[in-house]
Amino acid sequence: MFVALKRILRSGFVGFWRNAFVSFTSIIVMVVALFVIASTLFNSYSLESALIDFQNRVDINLYFVVDAPIEKIEALKSEIETLPEVQSVTLTTREQALADFRERHRNDELILQGLEQLGENPLGASLAIRARETQQYEGIATFLNERQAQETVANPLIDRVNYQKNKEAIDRLTELIETERRQNEIISLILVIIAAFVMFNTVKLAIYNSREEIAVMRLVGASNYYITMPFVIIGVMQGLIAGILVLLLLYPALIWDETLFYPFPFFNSADVQEFLLTYFVTDFITIAVVIVGGGILISAVSSFLAVRKYLHV
Amino acid sequence: MIYFDKVSKIYNGGQSIALEDITFEIAPKEFVSIVGHSGAGKTTLLKMLIAEDRPSDGQVFYESLDIHRIPRSRLPHFRRKIGTVFQDFKLLPHKTAFENIAFAMEANGRPDSEIQANVPQALELVDLEDKAWNFPHELSGGEKQRVAIARAIVNQPDIIIADEPTGNLDPIATYEVVQILRKINDLGTTVIMTTHNKGVIDELGRRVITMDEGRIVRDDAEGKYVL
Repeated sequence: MFVALKRILRSGFVGFWRNAFVSFTSIIVMVVALFVIASTLFNSYSLESALIDFQNRVDINLYFVVDAPIEKIEALKSEIETLPEVQSVTLTTREQALADFRERHRNDELILQGLEQLGENPLGASLAIRARETQQYEGIATFLNERQAQETVANPLIDRVNYQKNKEAIDRLTELIETERRQNEIISLILVIIAAFVMFNTVKLAIYNSREEIAVMRLVGASNYYITMPFVIIGVMQGLIAGILVLLLLYPALIWDETLFYPFPFFNSADVQEFLLTYFVTDFITIAVVIVGGGILISAVSSFLAVRKYLHV
Repeated sequence: MIYFDKVSKIYNGGQSIALEDITFEIAPKEFVSIVGHSGAGKTTLLKMLIAEDRPSDGQVFYESLDIHRIPRSRLPHFRRKIGTVFQDFKLLPHKTAFENIAFAMEANGRPDSEIQANVPQALELVDLEDKAWNFPHELSGGEKQRVAIARAIVNQPDIIIADEPTGNLDPIATYEVVQILRKINDLGTTVIMTTHNKGVIDELGRRVITMDEGRIVRDDAEGKYVL
């Protein structure tokens, strides 16, 4: 058994080198196919993270009236924090809101002058409320609206709760990305199938060249296993080398033209490049496993099936 | 040792008859030549023997074993008892002469030590020790056929089947190949050969089975080429 394994491995290695030209062309085709698979990987990651990003931006902003006393604000904050659906509540005081406003408009003289002329701080304090799950916002918003309804008209505390407006915009974006992601999934699947098919055909063509050899091996009394395995070894080597080549080429490819790997053409390209490169570096292990593992698997299975065909099993 | 019992082979649902009611016997250590025109059924007969093709009717026995009842998984095992030599050599193009011969032993699961000992012996028998590391495309037709013969005998089979072994060779190479086959037969291996070559048959002076249109028309113990 061990002797057979040793012979199969040696025969596979030797076969790979003696058919160097065929091996080389197969590897080139596999590199292209694996690049396609890599780009679908990057695309779906980009879409996924965009979606998570948008979902994280969903929150409820509760604005207080300008003269709301800080103790009451603190009391309401504590009360909201006790709700089980609430993950966090961030208080922005009047002073903080003013400072933020100034910072945001520091280049806009007109607005700053207007603010000076106003004399006093026109901004109220606010609470930014974040739920644990996206679906829980509805409930929190209802709770806050009820709270607002209980207040006396003469002495109000809550100015407004802006959830509805945010929600609509975010819902629309989420829906957009979801659609894009579904389409991307289908396109990815088709691309992966095509890539696998191209690889399969390349391997099949290479083994077609060996069909007489396979027949001879059979006549000499070699078992099917003994005939098939060296071809599978060659397939594994080709897939492995192609996978490693793709990993080596991905980084320069991302620097050369990152838009090949990104689903939103209208984004700033320097940011996209950095985003994709960061993904490549941080998730390198996953990417490597998918690309190299996929290459080896497709190539080995293709070899196996192609040899079986000429073995007439 | 080999027994054909009323073997017929019909292709295309009765359209063409390759073999018709063939019955004969081959004893151990015989050297049998099968002659006949192209299409007489010689190659079909040999295919029956190595279970490459099944008879439409009748049975082929190797000793007491019905060849066509051997399960597919056991076929490689059975084929190792028979060494085959073909007109077109059928060497593995990406393996050297040595490796081609060694492959037959490796496929048999023979240990490396035995391979290292037996392959040079086989090469010596066919007088090709100095071409051991040449690839098939670097060898002449006669040399290729001698490598093929070395490969056929290296596992010490009971039978050598040679299908037109001299068909692609010039007269000198033909002579050499026949001498080697005769030597193998003298060493105790049964040889079954098909041929077109009158000179080969007449020089051998061994048993000749003559076929025509799928039938055996003559079977002479010390035959001449009569057609």
